[in-house]
Amino acid sequence: MRESKLWVYHLIAGAVILVLLGIHMFIMHLDAILYSLGVGSQNPIDSGVVFARSKELFFMITYIILLGTALYHGLYGFKNILMELTLAQKSEKFISGFLTLCGVLLFAYGTFAAVFVFMK
Amino acid sequence: MNENNSTKNTTTVIFEILRYNPETGEKPKMQEYNVQVYKGMTVLDGLNWIKENLDPSLVWRSSCRMGVCGSCGMFINGYPRLACNNQILKISNKKLQIKPLPNFDIIRDLVPDLEGFFQKHKSVKPYLIRKDIQEQNLPTGEYFQSPDELTNYIQFAYCIKCGLCLSACPTVATDERFTGPQALAQAWRYNSDSRDEGSDERIKAVHDEIGASRCHFAGACSDVCPKGVDPSFAIQLLKQDFFLKTLKLRKDEKETHVIPTAKKYVPNPKIPEAPKPTVKK
Amino acid sequence: MKVERLHRKNNLGLAGWIRGGRYGLERYAYTLHRITGLGILLYFLLHIFATSSRIWGPEFWEKTMDLFEKPVFKFGEYLVFVAFAYHALNGIRLFITELGFGMGKPQRPVIPYKNAVRRQRPLLIVAMIIAFVLIVFGGLDFYLLGN
Repeated sequence: MRESKLWVYHLIAGAVILVLLGIHMFIMHLDAILYSLGVGSQNPIDSGVVFARSKELFFMITYIILLGTALYHGLYGFKNILMELTLAQKSEKFISGFLTLCGVLLFAYGTFAAVFVFMK
Repeated sequence: MNENNSTKNTTTVIFEILRYNPETGEKPKMQEYNVQVYKGMTVLDGLNWIKENLDPSLVWRSSCRMGVCGSCGMFINGYPRLACNNQILKISNKKLQIKPLPNFDIIRDLVPDLEGFFQKHKSVKPYLIRKDIQEQNLPTGEYFQSPDELTNYIQFAYCIKCGLCLSACPTVATDERFTGPQALAQAWRYNSDSRDEGSDERIKAVHDEIGASRCHFAGACSDVCPKGVDPSFAIQLLKQDFFLKTLKLRKDEKETHVIPTAKKYVPNPKIPEAPKPTVKK
Repeated sequence: MKVERLHRKNNLGLAGWIRGGRYGLERYAYTLHRITGLGILLYFLLHIFATSSRIWGPEFWEKTMDLFEKPVFKFGEYLVFVAFAYHALNGIRLFITELGFGMGKPQRPVIPYKNAVRRQRPLLIVAMIIAFVLIVFGGLDFYLLGN
């Protein structure tokens, strides 16, 4: 019951990532194509452009949402793979706890970075 | 294999069969047999011929020899198949490698241990569950079911419990606790039955850590199924049902009620009466 | 009990995940989905640390980005893009099929049997074509138009 609910969230998180990461990928990696079409900037990882983007509220919020959903989707998927290896009950509990802790800490760190640069 | 077959066109096919004897405890090894194969001969016929003529110690499990009982599932040339409904020459005309079904313990030679498999099948409560137990035990009439409602699940009811789907499933390969495609398909067979009211009772077995969320739709189980049961489809429908109900997009099914049997028979005036019997008793 | 202990384990183990064997295309799609997922997760964890280096100011950011300009990292980045394109497109297919859509309705089993996996195969092929186009465009961007 609980496991299938987590799986439902995994799916929903995947759908959210698809939209947000799609935008992210187009801006970051298909930048030359976009730029030749007259959208975006020539060098999206130039420090000036990056810091200007960080100051926008829209980007800060989407960064945090993307961070949270991607961490959940990725770590849950990873946990799923590990759980299918028929490990001992003890190590399964340890892995679940450890991955949850990792997720929370990384989310806190990433959120801090996004908010810190936005406020500065 | 005597004068009867001398007139037939035969080909020599090498049978490479896995041998394991639990009494000696030696490692399993492959043993080769040369079999004269005629057109139309099934793998099971070949095994029978070996047992009669070459090696009486060869062990396997089979019964109906026509794809109904589900006893003779084997791993033939790297693919799980029933030995009885696969012809040798359609698989290969040179070499046939036969192993017991993977993902099951080997009891001896080609005999897999299906005990855990049947336990999993039982764990999903594969029978009609009604809330009104009194009515179910002492029925007063029949439950209504339309042909469309029958088509919803009849495909999944064709399961013969041969275990081929579990040996094809990548999750079962590492996760022994996973309920498996067969049992989950049976859970959906009863959940989607319009007469059943037990989906809440099955939810515990079907949607916990070893349940439907362990399926990632590799689709191998549906490919190997000899009866067209399509277990992977059943599991996806099970997930769809759970997903929609979790998001409150689907309401619970409406209940089916008992149709009381007609107490008084009133003949239809439009239908003429049957002629009187001509033969006297 | 004595006999039971002599039953020989025959689970395929990790080989069962990796070797698609003679099963359908979806079995290979499953394996690739796992591998690309793990790759993306690894990159993503590094990515969080790399992008969070913003908090140390623009100079530090430039230094970090200069480090990743090396051809090895660039190729690695392209691999992540390829993995993303595959994982995303196959993910869309899985999102549709794992929710039971795009595969028709249950039918009476009539020989020759048709299963839902076959019915959704066009979806897989279309997804793979789109992924391939994305990968080619990404390659153009990474190696020709960029710089």
